[in-house]
Amino acid sequence: MKPAPFEYHAPASAAEAASLLAELGDGAKVLAGGQSLIPMLALRLAIFDHLVDIGRIAELKGIERRDGGLWVGSCTTDAAVEASAEVSAAVPLLARATPFVGHFQIRSRGTLGGSIAHADPAAEYPAVALALDARMEVVSARGRRTIAAADFFDGLWTTSMAPDEILCGVWFPTWGGRSGFAVEEFARRHGDFAIAGATVAVELDGEDRIRRCAIGLIGLGSTPERATAAEAELAGRPLAEVEAEEVGRLAMAGLAAVPGDLHGSAGYRRRVGAAMAARAWTAAAAEARRA
Amino acid sequence: MPEVSVKLSVNGQARQATVEPRVTLADFLREECRLTGTHLGCEHGVCGACTVLVDGAAVRSCLVFAVQVAGCEITTVEGMASPDGRLSAVQQAFRACHGLQCGFCTPGFIVTVTAFLRDHPNPTDLEIREALSGNLCRCTGYQGIFEAVRQAARAGRAARPGERGETGETGEAR
Repeated sequence: MKPAPFEYHAPASAAEAASLLAELGDGAKVLAGGQSLIPMLALRLAIFDHLVDIGRIAELKGIERRDGGLWVGSCTTDAAVEASAEVSAAVPLLARATPFVGHFQIRSRGTLGGSIAHADPAAEYPAVALALDARMEVVSARGRRTIAAADFFDGLWTTSMAPDEILCGVWFPTWGGRSGFAVEEFARRHGDFAIAGATVAVELDGEDRIRRCAIGLIGLGSTPERATAAEAELAGRPLAEVEAEEVGRLAMAGLAAVPGDLHGSAGYRRRVGAAMAARAWTAAAAEARRA
Repeated sequence: MPEVSVKLSVNGQARQATVEPRVTLADFLREECRLTGTHLGCEHGVCGACTVLVDGAAVRSCLVFAVQVAGCEITTVEGMASPDGRLSAVQQAFRACHGLQCGFCTPGFIVTVTAFLRDHPNPTDLEIREALSGNLCRCTGYQGIFEAVRQAARAGRAARPGERGETGETGEAR
């Protein structure tokens, strides 16, 4: 349970971190809060010659209103997201997902960017980012670029970031109007990775018709998933005609590769996922109707 | 691999050692500072026995390299009692309520509960259960630990005269 030896680097800026990554090549890994990486190192599921610690770089921390949405620095801790009134007001779905991330001791150190870059399909932040069409800002020695969430999650623990790129920040759009948001998940113990979960955002028009909705799915594929076909099916319909069970059924319909393991078969996960999507829909729709 | 010099403060006392970067905060505390109250159960962030405070925030010290928290103030279970040895309110409550049996997990619980009650002085029962969910105990069945947290919260309220608010028997999920 001891990590293999590595060389430690603590660059002072994102640019310095990027040039270090370019210089060190494949043997280097970015360390942020370390709440996923350090267990993998301890179990020796991963071994790196170099760790580049970006956790103390000030420019990678912070929560700011920007461009009609909210920018969260990648090294902002989950605890800071949880405590932020700005997050609750501008991106309620992000605020409501946060208490599901690990335990509070994990959230003290874990970072939003670390979770998204780690891209665990059972994690909450990747699903929220995907559902809300967040934008990932990445930097390398070659320059900066922005990656849409839809193009970001490539596979299990894999993103479209190049190995020498660093996630600097994530921009989330703010949903206005009559909107509601909810996160539901089922885990064997609170704080464990969920067996299945769902994040729902829904916006209604003045006549209680669904203007738009976004459904993110947790633990139901090799990446975080989004029920885009279900969203298209629901958009434009009067809310009163939509049964929550139908939302659950629609959300599961598009899933290609639901995982199965000793905690639950693929079929069981689908049933749990449908129930979670239905519950989240009910809560989000109720909030939107009140708004 | 080059070693790194790590300076930090533990329970108010400056500490410095030159260690491999892979040395976790937990191992730094136990082996360099000889503070063996911080226990290591799983060493990969599951059991919570190694919980300490880093600048006041409860963290798992097995999931932090010492070099990452250079310059920080660390509080361990050894820093919970008064210098004269008088137990903290949380420690007293654990003793009074049979909140421990073998004691292996207890340092992590004491530190976790201390941070939790500082931030949530009037917790609901549900909040208490949620706060305890990141620490494993294989002896007690948790009921004594749960009761200890309630008692420590009551003691905290009694020590803050003029404040009203009793622990709710049930709580709303957040």
